[in-house]
Amino acid sequence: MNFVYERFLGGKNGALAIAILAILILVIFPLFLDAFRLNLVGKYLTFAFAAVSLVLLWGYGGILSLGQGVFFGLGGYAMAMFLKLEASDPESTKIQTTPGIPDFMDWNQLYELPWFWIPFESFTFTLLAIILVPSIFAFIIGYSMFKRRVGGVYFAIITQVIAVILTVLIVGQQGYTGGINGITDLKTLNGWDIRTDSAKLALYFINALLLLGVIMLSKFILTSKFGQLLLAMKDKEDRVRFSGYDVSNFKIFVFCVSAVIAAIGGAMFTLQVGFMSPSFVGIVPSIEMVIFAAVGGRMSLIGVVYGTLLVNFGKTGFSETFPELWLFLMGGLFIAVVMFFPNGLAGIWNKYAPKVPFLRPLVNSSTNAETKSAPAKIESESTIEPESTTEGAKS
Amino acid sequence: MTTTTDFLLAIEDLTVSFDGFKAVDSLTMYIDKNELRVVIGPNGAGKTTLLDLICGKTKSSSGSISFKNKEMTKMAEHEIVRAGIGRKFQTPSIYENLTVYQNLEVSYPEGRGVFGSLFFQTTDEVIKRVNEVAKEIQLENFLDTEAAILSHGQKQWLEIGMLLMQDPELLMLDEPVAGMSAKERDETAELLNRICENRSVIVIEHDMEFVKKIARKVTVLHQGKILAEGTMEKVQADEKVIEVYLGH
Ligand SMILES: Nc1ncnc2c1ncn2[C@@H]1O[C@H](COP(=O)(O)OP(=O)(O)OP(=O)(O)O)[C@@H](O)[C@H]1O
Ligand SMILES: [Mg+2]
Repeated sequence: MNFVYERFLGGKNGALAIAILAILILVIFPLFLDAFRLNLVGKYLTFAFAAVSLVLLWGYGGILSLGQGVFFGLGGYAMAMFLKLEASDPESTKIQTTPGIPDFMDWNQLYELPWFWIPFESFTFTLLAIILVPSIFAFIIGYSMFKRRVGGVYFAIITQVIAVILTVLIVGQQGYTGGINGITDLKTLNGWDIRTDSAKLALYFINALLLLGVIMLSKFILTSKFGQLLLAMKDKEDRVRFSGYDVSNFKIFVFCVSAVIAAIGGAMFTLQVGFMSPSFVGIVPSIEMVIFAAVGGRMSLIGVVYGTLLVNFGKTGFSETFPELWLFLMGGLFIAVVMFFPNGLAGIWNKYAPKVPFLRPLVNSSTNAETKSAPAKIESESTIEPESTTEGAKS
Repeated sequence: MTTTTDFLLAIEDLTVSFDGFKAVDSLTMYIDKNELRVVIGPNGAGKTTLLDLICGKTKSSSGSISFKNKEMTKMAEHEIVRAGIGRKFQTPSIYENLTVYQNLEVSYPEGRGVFGSLFFQTTDEVIKRVNEVAKEIQLENFLDTEAAILSHGQKQWLEIGMLLMQDPELLMLDEPVAGMSAKERDETAELLNRICENRSVIVIEHDMEFVKKIARKVTVLHQGKILAEGTMEKVQADEKVIEVYLGH
């Protein structure tokens, strides 16, 4: 129990922060928002997966990916392919030249289901694909980059190029992918109509719980020696290497984990919004994800969730009134955050909340809260009783 | 091609050339078990490059480096470390954002793989080791201090401590007292004399006063080649050495 408390929740401060977030998204939002707004928040929370993935990869690993949309998209498309096949049974597609295949294939003169679509008739395969396809893809990219010691700006540019290539590919191969419109008209999941209010409510809760689960899993990674090594590598990569660690393996792993997290968000997006399209794969969504993380605080797993919500509420509000201004505003916001609040909302919170008496107990002692709360810490006089301080690690 | 020897480290005919410029030029050098060797030489002599070659940071053009009769020149950096060679960089290279405790703990030679590190547990043994090393480097009262705010000298010691955590059989230190106060230099000399008791140490140093405090055997490097080797007195009396190095 203690182990779970220290490592998955991050000790007292971490557990409290997670509890507050859980109350907000599991109780307060569902109680006070109407079905439409709640579904909107659910959509935002799927972007929060991508933001959380960037805390691991960028905040801690120091590896900036400008292509998280790729993985978000891979997860989203995998789910969409399954749902589309279910929606394209021969009965409901009987007016097509070839009944039983997705409508856009029929429009593009395809007469049978392409081979790579066939396994997506199985839900189990789809679930596995949501996890495995992004991890394998990230592994291949990571292996070929990090083993060659490509990093920093070059890595960021390469991820961006991949995002462009994938978008072009999806848009160009209309018959296989649905093209620019994406995969639309998704109806049921194993017979369960996902368009009803009750299904949307259920999916909202599944999504929120998954997000909390992913945050806790990330917390576990960051409070481990792995997490400390990420910080160490970000600071002095050579020192880590010449302390006997194969640095590239750590980078590949964290890249794969971040890919899977983003992909889960993508799959949940498809389920809640009812379609998937290339506009969630390319450069713009990928950069937006980085902005969510920057605004929330790239060192804070919880902070980025608030960052994602805030930016998206802002986006929805603004683009209703001044759509053309939004992009400039977002660019300005990003620059302002990077320049004045490098730790984002989480940094502002940690700086100012201690000044307010009743907020004090909620504040983490440092912005590097994840590793700082690791059980490994001992007091300087620890020679007296090192036992008590390591309980968390042992139990 | 490697000859079997009793030496801990046998460097034979080692050469590295950067675009034709030989920073280390057919160098042959042997280090005994439990030896403390000081390498001196003017700026640009190739001292740092020599350490880079041994620890795998720079790949040699030709020649061999054999550690415990095992060829090192083709091995990856982390494998060389795991074989028992630790190296301190010329500028202190520590993790500024971590505490002294975390800096030492992260250097503990267990949980070195991805999954090993995810499930690594801080056992009493780890804590004991951190405390021992912290005491050795006089940072036992700074365990919770963020490394960034340590003094320059303390940072140098911390990096030595991070290497001691791994208990290497060969420890290589590149100018460990650069930028230290006189008092810190004396303390570092004592530290080196203590830690070389059951391991071999190669120290690169410019500061002659410091060298005299620790040196038993000195190698003088000049333009990538060995100019002289022997006791401090012998080297200091060597005319070639006086000419290129000690003279001015
Ligand atoms: N990667 C490299 N590419 C090209 N030249 C290099 C490289 N590394 C070192 N050199 C050159 O090799 C020579 C030896 O450099 P090295 O750093 O080994 O000298 P040093 O003896 O450590 O000097 P110092 O006392 O100033 O630290 C220098 O002339 C340097 O410019
Ligand atoms: Mg040097």
